[in-house]
Amino acid sequence: MRLHKPWRLLYALPLIFLAIFYFYPLLSILSLSLMPQGRLDLSGVQALWTRPYLAQVLWFTFWQAAVSTGLTLLLGLPAAYVYARYDFPAKSLLRALTTIPFVMPTVVVGAAFVTLLGPRGVVNDWLMTAFDLTQPPVNLLYTVWIILLAHAFYNATVVVRIVGGFWANLDPRLGEAAAVLGAPRWRRTWEVTLPLLLPSITAASLLVFLFCFTSFGVILILGGPLFSTLEVEIYRQTVNYFNLSLAAVLSLVQLAITFVVMVVYTRLQARASLPLNLRPQSMTTRRPVSGREWLLVGGVNTVLVVFLLTPLLALAVRSVTLGPGPPTLRYYQALGSSPTQSVFFVPPIEAIRNSLLFALAAVALSLLLGLISAYLLAETGPGGRQSRLARALDPIFLLPLGTSAVTLGFGYIVALDQPPLNLRTSLALIPLAYTLLAMPFVVRSILPVLRGLNPRLRESAAVMGASPAQILREIDLPIIGRAVLVAAVFAFTISLGEFGATLLLYQPRYPTMSVVIYRALSQPGLVNYGQALAMSTLLMGVCLAGLLLIERVRVGDVGEF
Amino acid sequence: MLEIRTISKSFGVTPVLHEVSFEAGRGEIVCLLGPSGCGKTTLLRIIAGLEQADAGQVLFAGRDLIETPVHQRGFGLMFQDFALFPHRNVYDNVAFGLRMAQQSKAVIRDRVAEMLELVGLTGYEARRVHELSGGQQQRVALARSLAPRPALLLLDEPLGSLDRTLREDLMEELRLILKHAPVGSDAPAGITSIYVTHDQQEAFAIADRVVIMNAGRIEQVGPPLAVYRQPANPFVARFLGMHNLLPGQVAAVLPDLLVATALGALRCGRRTARVALGDNVVVLAPPDAASLAPPSAGEAQNLLQGQLLAVSFRGSQVKITLKVAAGAPLVFELPGSAADDLPDPGQPLRLALDPDGLSLLPAE
Repeated sequence: MRLHKPWRLLYALPLIFLAIFYFYPLLSILSLSLMPQGRLDLSGVQALWTRPYLAQVLWFTFWQAAVSTGLTLLLGLPAAYVYARYDFPAKSLLRALTTIPFVMPTVVVGAAFVTLLGPRGVVNDWLMTAFDLTQPPVNLLYTVWIILLAHAFYNATVVVRIVGGFWANLDPRLGEAAAVLGAPRWRRTWEVTLPLLLPSITAASLLVFLFCFTSFGVILILGGPLFSTLEVEIYRQTVNYFNLSLAAVLSLVQLAITFVVMVVYTRLQARASLPLNLRPQSMTTRRPVSGREWLLVGGVNTVLVVFLLTPLLALAVRSVTLGPGPPTLRYYQALGSSPTQSVFFVPPIEAIRNSLLFALAAVALSLLLGLISAYLLAETGPGGRQSRLARALDPIFLLPLGTSAVTLGFGYIVALDQPPLNLRTSLALIPLAYTLLAMPFVVRSILPVLRGLNPRLRESAAVMGASPAQILREIDLPIIGRAVLVAAVFAFTISLGEFGATLLLYQPRYPTMSVVIYRALSQPGLVNYGQALAMSTLLMGVCLAGLLLIERVRVGDVGEF
Repeated sequence: MLEIRTISKSFGVTPVLHEVSFEAGRGEIVCLLGPSGCGKTTLLRIIAGLEQADAGQVLFAGRDLIETPVHQRGFGLMFQDFALFPHRNVYDNVAFGLRMAQQSKAVIRDRVAEMLELVGLTGYEARRVHELSGGQQQRVALARSLAPRPALLLLDEPLGSLDRTLREDLMEELRLILKHAPVGSDAPAGITSIYVTHDQQEAFAIADRVVIMNAGRIEQVGPPLAVYRQPANPFVARFLGMHNLLPGQVAAVLPDLLVATALGALRCGRRTARVALGDNVVVLAPPDAASLAPPSAGEAQNLLQGQLLAVSFRGSQVKITLKVAAGAPLVFELPGSAADDLPDPGQPLRLALDPDGLSLLPAE
């Protein structure tokens, strides 16, 4: 497919946007870290190994990400197996339930784990009442354990989706062929199933590792002041110590590592798509027959649902039952007022308005730019293959996905605070950052549908006399409409819950929901805590509604997320 | 060698096999032939041990196998699309079963070489399986199943995913390989095989004996020629592509067997079925049983009166469709030389049926 000449000028728009709001900030970070005074100066980079504290941060970032990944695999792989090979009642409902954590904003997850396992949390309350204790027995908050748990909670879905999806299409007859050739069960797993699954397991692990490596909100909220990952350290150096050149060096390290992981990830993706004679899922799943199989299916689902839903349920319930007395909506009502000890100049409810406006602006902009980008990437050259321009640009549109939000926010601070582009005091910075973070999701949701669009449809419309604009209206939009809606919901929920970039870029008079929740959680006082829970619950509700909408309108498993 | 005794199986409430029994002798190739969904693949999977039967026994060399897990049965199985291990090359695919049997490296190397030579793929050891053509994949799959010297080879539509010409080439070759495969040092060459297919041509070309199945039951068992000459019932006849079935009633038994049909009395020369006067029967007229009736023929027996619907010239044969007074149009194949004497389509036509070509089937 190819657009007409004048239309193709539009392709410049997303490219200009990426240049100004992605590459320019990153280059500014690069120059600030390597040339802080305008000439090459590697003293900032040297600090990485001369200051043991930074080495510690780097080491902690690595090992917590690695252990979190291991824990996530431990939880996700059995579930992937059960979902790939068995057919059981309410399977699609359960599968949708397990997706919920993945769409939750980090602040909501943080608030949920505080509610469940914190000193004033549900578990401690229950244990103290049940065993008549005076001190909370479970002290997980501000330990590494709660960080690992939250990461596993967050990412189990990634493993179930990626590995499970691949596994479900893997021909079970390969295992049967090995069995007939004399291989007992463990050898079939070891010599056939695992080697074939390995690319997908590695891909999922890398993705989870990347998410945990760049984890920000979870560490900040659940780890407290004691734990610092690279991402958290960039934020602290920027905001608390105003050490921009060190922050720039850390951002550079972060970028380099995420870039390497992304490259390996895309390589493996390509390898995973080697011809494997994949089967439709209807041929690979079956009902459990023996009692043992039912026990496995039931057990895995129980663990999964309990682990993934309890924190969120605790959050919602706690937001109306916190404090003495009967269930109450007072924390929701308190969102409308600005208490004297509040850390904000404005009532928290205005944060909801701000978040909504920022998110809507980001949806509009990311849809516009994302649609144009998708058309650009779906361009076919002679022979029906992806055009050379599209092939070259494809990875560039994926890059923002691997860039941490804090790095991006930091890049905006160092790059966009002086002429010609002085946006430091402009409210536009936040929706611009959201747009950039949402764009890869928008592009990847629309692109597969666009690529699958039969060019004959457009050609026959054109032969019947439709102008390019009419073709767009009559053919393209009705067909890609659903994908656009999915993309819009993605962009909306991502923007609404965004935390890392927001925390660096927001202005005190215009906080967002995520900022309010974070601030309120870190303040003492029952009302602050209650307000945080109430707002988290609202945010959770909106994201849940978005997820439901996506699940309803999504056609089959179209889209790459 | 292999004995299947009253096997029954259902998936949930859907019955798939109903008290199926048959046997296969040492070195014999038995084809399970039937339309898709008749249960033949399920039966094969039960023999392999990949499915459990609800009732019945699978005996091999006199031993009941129901308790033996798949990987200890020592059988070979070829899947329809081969199920070659995509992450291994040709050598490793063929060697897999030998490694499972803990053979030494040297033994494995010799046996793999022998097998690749048998299927004509010497020199392909290092190829990845997705680089091979369909026919080559089929050969690798065959070599892989034969390499561990299975006591029984099970083949599930092994030619099903290949195109037509390739399939016809491989049919004869496959039979030769199965008949001459070196099984063991003491046993004579030739491997006992159960071959599942829905293609009657394939079954006839490969089998020593065919087992025709329908809806989970066995309809007929016999050597290909016997089954073709004398289908046991109208289902088998239709399945084998013989659609000229004329229901009627036995009108005389002696001296000649006469059947009264809607198209007149038909004399049947072959007395294969045991019939009595008044029995309801079906006369099967194979496509090659008809010839053009000479104009001199009067109102003799075995004359079919009809209207010529269509003529399709096929070289050595000419295929004609005849509309008759009752029932579906009949299709016959005449020698190609008869084309000159045929009237234009739409004109009446008289055909004579050879009494020795007709056979009697029980009524449906």
